[in-house]
Amino acid sequence: MHYDHILIRYGELALKGKNKNQFITQLQRNIQQALKHYPDIRVKRSQGRMFIELNGQGPEPIMKQCKKVFGIYSLSLALKVENEESSIKEGALFALTGSPNAKTFKVSVRRVNKGFPIRSQEMNRILGAHLLKNTSIYTVNVHEPDVEIKVEIREKATYIMSTVVRGAGGLPVGTGGKSLLLLSGGIDSPVAGYLMMKRGVQLEMVHFHSPPFTSERAKQKVLDLTKTLTEFGGSINVHLIPFTTLQQEIFKSMPERYAMTIMRRVMLTISEKICHEKNILSLTTGESLGQVASQTLASMNAINEVTNLPVLRPLVALDKEEIITHSKRIGTYDISIRPYEDCCTIFVPKSPATNPKREIIHELEKKVDFTPFMNEAIAKKETIKIVHNVQSDHFDELL
Amino acid sequence: MIYLDNSATTIPDESVVQSFKQVSEKYFANPSSIHELGADVERLQTKAREQAATLLQIDPSEIIFTSGGTEGNNLAIKGVALKYQGRGNHIITTEIEHASVYETCKSLEELGFTVTYLPVNSDGVVDVQMVRSAITNKTILISIMHVNNETGSIQPIEEIGEIAKKHPKLFFHVDAVQALGKVPLQLHHSGIDLCTFSGHKIHGLKGTGMLYIKKGTVLYPLFHGGNQEQGLRSGTENVAGNVSFVRALRLMMERKQKGYGHLQKIHQNLFNHLGKIDGVYINSSEHGAPHIMNVSVPGLKPEVVIHALFEKGIVISTQSACSSKQSDKSRVLDASGRSSVVSSSGLRISLSYDTSEKEIEIFIRTFTETIKHLKDILE
Repeated sequence: MHYDHILIRYGELALKGKNKNQFITQLQRNIQQALKHYPDIRVKRSQGRMFIELNGQGPEPIMKQCKKVFGIYSLSLALKVENEESSIKEGALFALTGSPNAKTFKVSVRRVNKGFPIRSQEMNRILGAHLLKNTSIYTVNVHEPDVEIKVEIREKATYIMSTVVRGAGGLPVGTGGKSLLLLSGGIDSPVAGYLMMKRGVQLEMVHFHSPPFTSERAKQKVLDLTKTLTEFGGSINVHLIPFTTLQQEIFKSMPERYAMTIMRRVMLTISEKICHEKNILSLTTGESLGQVASQTLASMNAINEVTNLPVLRPLVALDKEEIITHSKRIGTYDISIRPYEDCCTIFVPKSPATNPKREIIHELEKKVDFTPFMNEAIAKKETIKIVHNVQSDHFDELL
Repeated sequence: MIYLDNSATTIPDESVVQSFKQVSEKYFANPSSIHELGADVERLQTKAREQAATLLQIDPSEIIFTSGGTEGNNLAIKGVALKYQGRGNHIITTEIEHASVYETCKSLEELGFTVTYLPVNSDGVVDVQMVRSAITNKTILISIMHVNNETGSIQPIEEIGEIAKKHPKLFFHVDAVQALGKVPLQLHHSGIDLCTFSGHKIHGLKGTGMLYIKKGTVLYPLFHGGNQEQGLRSGTENVAGNVSFVRALRLMMERKQKGYGHLQKIHQNLFNHLGKIDGVYINSSEHGAPHIMNVSVPGLKPEVVIHALFEKGIVISTQSACSSKQSDKSRVLDASGRSSVVSSSGLRISLSYDTSEKEIEIFIRTFTETIKHLKDILE
């Protein structure tokens, strides 16, 4: 006997009225996408639950992948048995004796299939007695059991589970619209992206690079960060904007104190144009209040002025330590700390304005029109689509 | 030629050799170089590492590419011993380890470490209870192989891993050189901290391999220098070797899916037939690894049998290739309680997924005739 199914519960989704079906379909699609390298498994829907049929595939890697899929509230390894009292007894015994370090247990029967002749309470009693009779080291504890043997008697079969593992929570990626993330390569922006994905948002990335001041490795870093984020949902487009000319132009023509603020305004303006082009209705940044000069409220006020789209800042109230903890957990930290220059670290003014004024900026921007440079940068944009688990390139034939 | 010495080394896969050649020619740059050529080679190696991690269900950062089994075993054992000598000086291993573990432990005794060499039963398997009792508060390392290279005996790695989990102060190293691609082993959540693999036992090239180092495990390096491989193995990376190793690993894992049943079948076939030959003594257990079969023909010098079979186009070997130059008795068979005459006449037949049923039929027939013929001459 072995666990042949994984049962998936999707708490929050069940509450959403009309959209429920769309949400569940998206969740199913995302799970299938995450598991597409396991051709034998099947993902099935059934009355408020989802089941993965393992069909001989070992459960470990499947559980690991599923724990990253947003919209899953919890998961359990499940054993499918016939709707027969004897089979259910046998399965419950398997589930109990296979639980490591358990001393106490409780049985919880849910009878979804009302045609099954024995009622839940009665079945609880029968199974509890069977388990006690056939083992010697376990006792019943209904309040705080080490292991809860869950038995769900459904229409066609009964599922028996002993462990409940927490899922990633949140909402299925793709159910929350789209947002364009300004991805620098640092620690913060990938975490911001992750948190938006958790709320069901499908991301696209924009990255500004300044060759030869920034290297191919810095660009690779951004692609690797994106690849890590695709583990949490589907595919992500990365728009790479060549920024060298613009950056030089800004730092040449603008006073040093304001150059950085104006550069950010230019970045946001370009990002907004990409949003219009791609039908994206919001921007996301990794800004955290007060972290650096460009992230004071005055700075945000000055920079934000150029766009009318909502600029989402999921990290705005987090401490650096909290952000680092997130980034280590989601696997972006080690990539983020690779020591390559990005476009924001090469032209660093000695004392940037921490309290930039909109009026001063308006005066400064009257002197130079950056629009042609921006249009040129957008025209030269390179878009790379990163798909979860698909990394085909010219190295494949060697491996 | 019927090649049945796959535990000494395997025939390299043609596409693995091609991969090595192509990478050597095209991706020759130093992956640590800043320029684009270096960046491209670094990307290639990163991708290789990721692929290996996926195949073994581990994290890419847990892989250190090495030159093979001997280096992996040395790095794991000396690395723990030197790093944690302040914590304790006791090491537990077995009497049947490969020389690269056994002799490494012997060398550490010279430096003041105490080593317990656990015995094995007649099937060549260590007693889990003995491992448990051997642990003291000075123990910093348990090093036990997964599959023995001479007899194919499988050690209870999962159970020993469970014991190791209960002793967070010590590390558990597994030499899985002979097991890779043949006997399944899960690394994560197994209690294993270090695990050695080699390329040329899986149709890869000599001088390639890797050591699994569980996240959070710190070692004292054998090579100091430019801090490649997370500072654990300095020296310009053998990118072509590493890429070719990962390719061999992928091919092996793919073949395992289909070939395992086949291997078990021909192993059983060997077991049934060789056992019936007069004067032939089987040293391997029926429950051992499916690719190694060890037999003794007491009274016949193993060299004589090997040469006689080679004349008929069949390649087999004595004990392990690494120690077969000393024409002594086998330490492994000796430890498994075999008499002196049995342990000095061991022959090893080792298979690969390429070995066909037909080849095994021919081998059994030829072997039977050869033994009879040689015995007749001697009598």
